[in-house]
Amino acid sequence: MSRVLVGVKRVIDYAVKIRVKPDHSGVVTDGVKHSMNPFCEIAVEEAVKLKEKKFIKEVVAVSCGPTQVTETIRTALAMGCDRGIHVEVSGKDYEAMGPLQISKIFAALAKKEEASLVILGKQAIDDDCNQTGQMTAALLDWPQGTFASEVTIDGEKVKVVREIDGGLETIKISMPAVLTADLRLNTPRYATLPNIMKAKKKKIANMKPADLGVDEPPTRLAGVKVETVDDLVAKLKANGTI
Amino acid sequence: TRECLLTNAHAHTNISQAARQKNSDTFSCGLYTWRWKCSSAVTPRITSHYTICPRDKDPRWEGVEMERFADEADVVIVGGGPAGLSAAIRLKQLANEQEKELRVCLVEKASQIGAHTLSGACLEPSALNELFSDWKERGAPLNTPVTEDVFSLLTKKYRIPVPMLPGLPMNNHGNYIVRLGHFVRWLGEQAEELGVEIYPGYAAAEVLFHEDGSVKGIATNDVGIAKDGSPKDVFERGMELHAKVTLFGEGCHGHLAKQLYRQFNLRENCEPQTYAIGLKEVWLIDEKKWRPGRVEHSVGWPLNRNTYGGSFLYHLNEGEPLVALGVVVGLDYTNPYLSPFREFQRWKHHPFIAKTLEGGNRIAYGARALNEGGYQCLPKVTFPGGMLIGCSPGFMNVPKIKGTHTAMKSGMLAAEAIFPKVTAKDLASETAGLHVPEYEDNLKKSWIWKELYSVRNIRPSFHSYFGLYGGMVYTGVFYWILRGKEPWTLKHAGLDSAQLRPAKECTAIEYPKPDGKLSFDLLSSVALSGTNHEGDQPPHLTLKDDSVPVANNLAIYDGPEQRFCPAGVYEYVPLETGEGMRLQINAQNCVHCKTCDIKDPSQNINWVVPEGSGGPAYNGM
Repeated sequence: MSRVLVGVKRVIDYAVKIRVKPDHSGVVTDGVKHSMNPFCEIAVEEAVKLKEKKFIKEVVAVSCGPTQVTETIRTALAMGCDRGIHVEVSGKDYEAMGPLQISKIFAALAKKEEASLVILGKQAIDDDCNQTGQMTAALLDWPQGTFASEVTIDGEKVKVVREIDGGLETIKISMPAVLTADLRLNTPRYATLPNIMKAKKKKIANMKPADLGVDEPPTRLAGVKVETVDDLVAKLKANGTI
Repeated sequence: TRECLLTNAHAHTNISQAARQKNSDTFSCGLYTWRWKCSSAVTPRITSHYTICPRDKDPRWEGVEMERFADEADVVIVGGGPAGLSAAIRLKQLANEQEKELRVCLVEKASQIGAHTLSGACLEPSALNELFSDWKERGAPLNTPVTEDVFSLLTKKYRIPVPMLPGLPMNNHGNYIVRLGHFVRWLGEQAEELGVEIYPGYAAAEVLFHEDGSVKGIATNDVGIAKDGSPKDVFERGMELHAKVTLFGEGCHGHLAKQLYRQFNLRENCEPQTYAIGLKEVWLIDEKKWRPGRVEHSVGWPLNRNTYGGSFLYHLNEGEPLVALGVVVGLDYTNPYLSPFREFQRWKHHPFIAKTLEGGNRIAYGARALNEGGYQCLPKVTFPGGMLIGCSPGFMNVPKIKGTHTAMKSGMLAAEAIFPKVTAKDLASETAGLHVPEYEDNLKKSWIWKELYSVRNIRPSFHSYFGLYGGMVYTGVFYWILRGKEPWTLKHAGLDSAQLRPAKECTAIEYPKPDGKLSFDLLSSVALSGTNHEGDQPPHLTLKDDSVPVANNLAIYDGPEQRFCPAGVYEYVPLETGEGMRLQINAQNCVHCKTCDIKDPSQNINWVVPEGSGGPAYNGM
């Protein structure tokens, strides 16, 4: 019945020193230690906790990227998720991929899997975008509980305590909803060896963004610099944005 | 008080007798608090690891579930380095050839295979050719054949070239400069393809024994213990992996091997192992200075003639103008003021080295202890239920400074000895854990033994008054001419930890300040190693007695651990309460080099494995 989608991202480990490639096209990733984004770990932990408290039946871990992300999905499975989905994107497409495309993928999957909740980390430590959760909610037209430091399920609603600039804000949103996990939501459990061994038997489905009706990311256009605010307003009016 | 300190050291033996007579509940709590109270009067508490502070009498652990999940394999291998992986691969190759089922599990404390691997390295492909004759087609990362071999004797400003005649052990014709971490990663991929179960991120923390004393397997580390030794909410016990035979390939100075030597008395007929520390950096240099395939070695400056050591600088050929360089310092040095890290940093300023590095950028740093003992220090390598492979017992050819080919070969020989016994219909073993003495016999008949025997006298020949020069003459005369056939076997100087002279008998060394371009400070170097550990766990650098560092190491030797640790783990800081110093252990910085366990003059430091996946994040070191 109740199914939760959890997004996990494979990022360069936070303790590793980043090195820019000599041709300045990106950062060196080959052979560099990667791990699950810390906020995604917290998201997985929250989903598994909800399952242990019997509010939900199934937790599905999702990751987008090249073959290596299956390791990250396995860690999520070892922490207690039931099955995984690997949306395969590699090479240049993966480097060009950003929150908008990921959100489209998650929105499509949420509908396909009939999820009641989508739980994501609040941001990834490599790009610090803090956009995927919010965009996913907007695409689905679902309520969002971002920067969650406490999540309580109350019937068909979710009470979320959010960490905001001014302090803590408590909101009550109806399900289905998108939540993003903040640091103090929980302390993630370890993926212990017996669980990793069991996780090898859990299924990871493989698909491409095209299978979900999501196109390739558009090529990024160059920006334009303007001198004054009036110029900016004029340009925005000219291209129809406002 | 001094009496308190002395009795504290013997606390465990004396108290345990008394405990049997007194009420054990109150006394066992008392043991815990008595020791703490006693030491805080003079020394703040440092060690909280359960190997020193047992949990069975600790009230904070009452009622905690200590059962472990157990699984069975045919062979369990500890350590995913060249030896462990070669053994795993060879086992699976034999199993597939003979169509037999064999479950081989390998545990590795690093988060990914290759992340804790550090070496020069010039690989001799002999063992690889035997393991995979088609290694080139399989894409083994041996991309840089050696093209030039240069050997120098350095003085402060100049360089004396030493001819690299064929036949000298340092000659590298036919070898490849490799990034060993990448080579090990490739070996891991080959092993997984063959069906080996590899579990990186899980450290073997404990050896398990059958009732009859033979080895039953290993248990991985517990997780979720707080810094003060108490259980956290996320506490979970490690897992037990049982096997018919367990292979220990922990690399130089493994912590489980240390235990096994005592348990099975494996070192009664050999000399104590002697070591060196190797520090390494990888630099992206100016393309104009790049000469792919060039191998440079040097001896002499900045080390004096009685301190064994030397340097290496290898030009890789993998697309970018990378060089791997470093300095090796023998850990039998006598001056407690010597800092191997700072020797390395100042060596880079020598004109012959600086000219290659100028205009370049440092991109990696790391350090690891290596074996220097060779033939004289080989222990017994088999015992009921297990065996030792690779640099753990220590098959490194010291003058060649190569140990990878012998480590791999030892792993392969172990596999070949085990396979028939472990797949036999009738296990026919006297002990529950299989004893495979054939491995040791095979070693003695192999080229490893011949090689180590022929170079056995080179390293000890440095122990004369003439130091380095005596050693070079000995190598030139006896090795080059006689190839090690001389009938005598020279001895080493004994335990490295016993070689330090008291600080008052030695002169402090004035090291130049790092200039930030060629030489760097310790902490920015440690950051480059990518090392990290879960902060809230007991320090894995455990002290048998918390009061000994200040009372002995600092008082007599001026705290040499502040200088020999390449990661800044040990610091003597003033006590907050005024007079006196205390030892601060920054366990998170540790790069798992094992130097402290080797060189501590009090032999008080016992390195144990931290939570799995902690440690350096080397990439192709």
